[in-house]
Amino acid sequence: MPVPAAVTVEGKNMHDRSVEERLKDFNEVDGGMSVDEAMGEAERCLQCKKPLCVKGCPVNIDIPSFIREIAAGNFRRSAVIIKEQNMLPAICGRVCPQETQCEGQCLLGIKDKPIAIGALERFIADWERTNGAVIPQKKSPRGHRVAVVGAGPSGLTAASELARLGYHVTLFESLHAAGGVLMYGIPAFRLPKSIVKAEIEAVMSLGVELKLNHLVGRSVPVKELLNYDAVFIGTGAGLPYFMGIPGENLPGVYSANEFLTRINMMHADKFPEYDTPVKRGNKVVVAGGGNVAMDAARVARRLGGDVTLVYRRRDEDLPARKAEIARAKEEGVKFVCCTNPVKVLGEQAVTGVECVKMEMCDLDASGRPEPAPVAGSEFTIEADVFIGAIGQGPNPLLINEIPALKRGKRGNIIVDENGRTSIRNVFAGGDVATGAATVILAMGNAKNAAHAIDRMFREE
Amino acid sequence: MKGLYRVERKEQLADKIYQMWIRAPHVAHHAQAGQFVMIRLDEKGERIPLTISATDGDSFRVIFMAVGKTTTHLAAFKAGDHVSDVAGPLGKPSDVKKYGTCVLVGGGVGSANLPIIARAAKALGNRVIGIIGARNASMVIVEDEMKNACDEFHLATDDGSKGFHGFAADVLKQVMAQEKVDAVWIIGPAIMMKVTAECTRAAGIKTFVSLNPIMVDGTGMCGSCRVTVGGETKFACVDGPEFDAHKVDFAALMQRLRIYTGEEKVSLERYQAKHACACGCDCGGEKHA
Repeated sequence: MPVPAAVTVEGKNMHDRSVEERLKDFNEVDGGMSVDEAMGEAERCLQCKKPLCVKGCPVNIDIPSFIREIAAGNFRRSAVIIKEQNMLPAICGRVCPQETQCEGQCLLGIKDKPIAIGALERFIADWERTNGAVIPQKKSPRGHRVAVVGAGPSGLTAASELARLGYHVTLFESLHAAGGVLMYGIPAFRLPKSIVKAEIEAVMSLGVELKLNHLVGRSVPVKELLNYDAVFIGTGAGLPYFMGIPGENLPGVYSANEFLTRINMMHADKFPEYDTPVKRGNKVVVAGGGNVAMDAARVARRLGGDVTLVYRRRDEDLPARKAEIARAKEEGVKFVCCTNPVKVLGEQAVTGVECVKMEMCDLDASGRPEPAPVAGSEFTIEADVFIGAIGQGPNPLLINEIPALKRGKRGNIIVDENGRTSIRNVFAGGDVATGAATVILAMGNAKNAAHAIDRMFREE
Repeated sequence: MKGLYRVERKEQLADKIYQMWIRAPHVAHHAQAGQFVMIRLDEKGERIPLTISATDGDSFRVIFMAVGKTTTHLAAFKAGDHVSDVAGPLGKPSDVKKYGTCVLVGGGVGSANLPIIARAAKALGNRVIGIIGARNASMVIVEDEMKNACDEFHLATDDGSKGFHGFAADVLKQVMAQEKVDAVWIIGPAIMMKVTAECTRAAGIKTFVSLNPIMVDGTGMCGSCRVTVGGETKFACVDGPEFDAHKVDFAALMQRLRIYTGEEKVSLERYQAKHACACGCDCGGEKHA
């Protein structure tokens, strides 16, 4: 896998703040590029005639063009090009796995470092935010009303695309703030909340009507929902999985969703100034190896805990982004791989986590070795907080209220390549359709679905 | 972007117990018996669940006891003030259908949530018997509402200052001795629900309790409210809040209710220090604001 430009071979990002400094707060770790760095980096772009990077981008940003404008110093023009395809560039520039998408395709990556496309996208989005927002053009209004359920990455994208196509969009969100996982899940040190809010405001400025505190299926009955001319469901994968091990309901055991929501959305790190408390934990064990596990572990470090991350496969199998794994390690998170929790210990509260060593057996369907417990290898890690970050499934609440909606084995909504469900005017995208994936895939799905909705109306 | 929800009316019903009507059409128009709202008072507030005890047009009612920081703060809200966020109606509605004879048993502030169930049960043709238990006569709430909604009504006080001298559970046993009971709802403090539910276990009477674990989002996303029912983990916010009383692990519920006891004390004391009631009238600082 090619190494992104801003990352040295040791995996260290040169724009990162020092570990000592960043462990003291929740401010952003990566400081981003300077003007000179951005223009210099943009100069390196080969401006390929058939750009592979664009093929690697789920939302089809015209990457060579926006980079060309950076090299020429035309930052506003560059922002216009990005915004044409993506209303959330400051978010995507930060949290997209560019190394497996645009940057992973870059020809320069074969011999040297690929262009730091993510960092450049972020640079332009940050420039735009401080120099006046670029609001893309809207088509003339059309009569149809579309309901978008869930204001996370897919819902925000569907809403902005549909609004730009001229439709009247009502965006329903059950929480008290829009953003979904961008607000409750991803910590501020990776994605500052002021940036999320600014990009959401840009989406709203397209004329999207946002209804907070509305849980569709409850505050808005399904009958009312299906009265809209079209519906896009982007309710995400908000249902946390638990491991099903003894002791999991003890005080001090959290799903990563709960732990992160308490901090990111409710600001429990600032308790009692903010009302919501959280158990900080002197010794914290996090189970899981994905980005959510890294986020939970790094938050726990910032709350002052001694943090051990246990993962059932090998270090090289960790599914999280390499850069985030490197940062978690820098920040002192201890990684114990080939290890699985089997029991949370304690009577009134967590006192430890009993784990078992895992050995790697035959390759499974994902092409990774299947882990199996080693008999008699049980050992205990002392802990007062245990956080399970072993994945999330689609939130079943709304899906269960619409029996006609065909669903897969894991409770996901079944859609075709255009996001169309088994109900004619109902579309879905993002994690509720794909299962837990990335922000950018959810946005790509939503964009396809929005254009499919547009085609449906035009063919009527 | 912010939804603001107006407090239409507020009255004090008993010591630290208040009823409040809040305007929120998206809640009021769709709420059914047994459902709840998640409420957040301001930018720095926590999200707490409160049961919807009645609706009227665009408004819904909550009856709550000012025990923690947020409920104490809410008690200081006046008509015309706005709370920042109200999400709902949440949770599954009470499983009200034609059972025959339904007995509704309330303890303390939990009694507030019985009339809406009583009215729903009555509307479906059930014979409805209400039993309210309170510490003493001054702590009795929703008595008239229950008398109106029920075919038969009993009151019990721990000190005998009004009605039957004893617990609501004792009255439930008397009612069961006199007639066939087909379904029972018990709503009150966890320990009261645990004890009272034992009255109907042997007879195998369908019995519901409404659980009140700590919640964060209230929509099934965090698992904070997980409870053990019949050996399985359930989320009270989406699988409940009402469950089969005879299958609930009350010890586990009570343990999880105590998770933040220390933090809750810190939060309340901090609030009270900032909003001290100068005259000792227990107004939560409201009169001196």
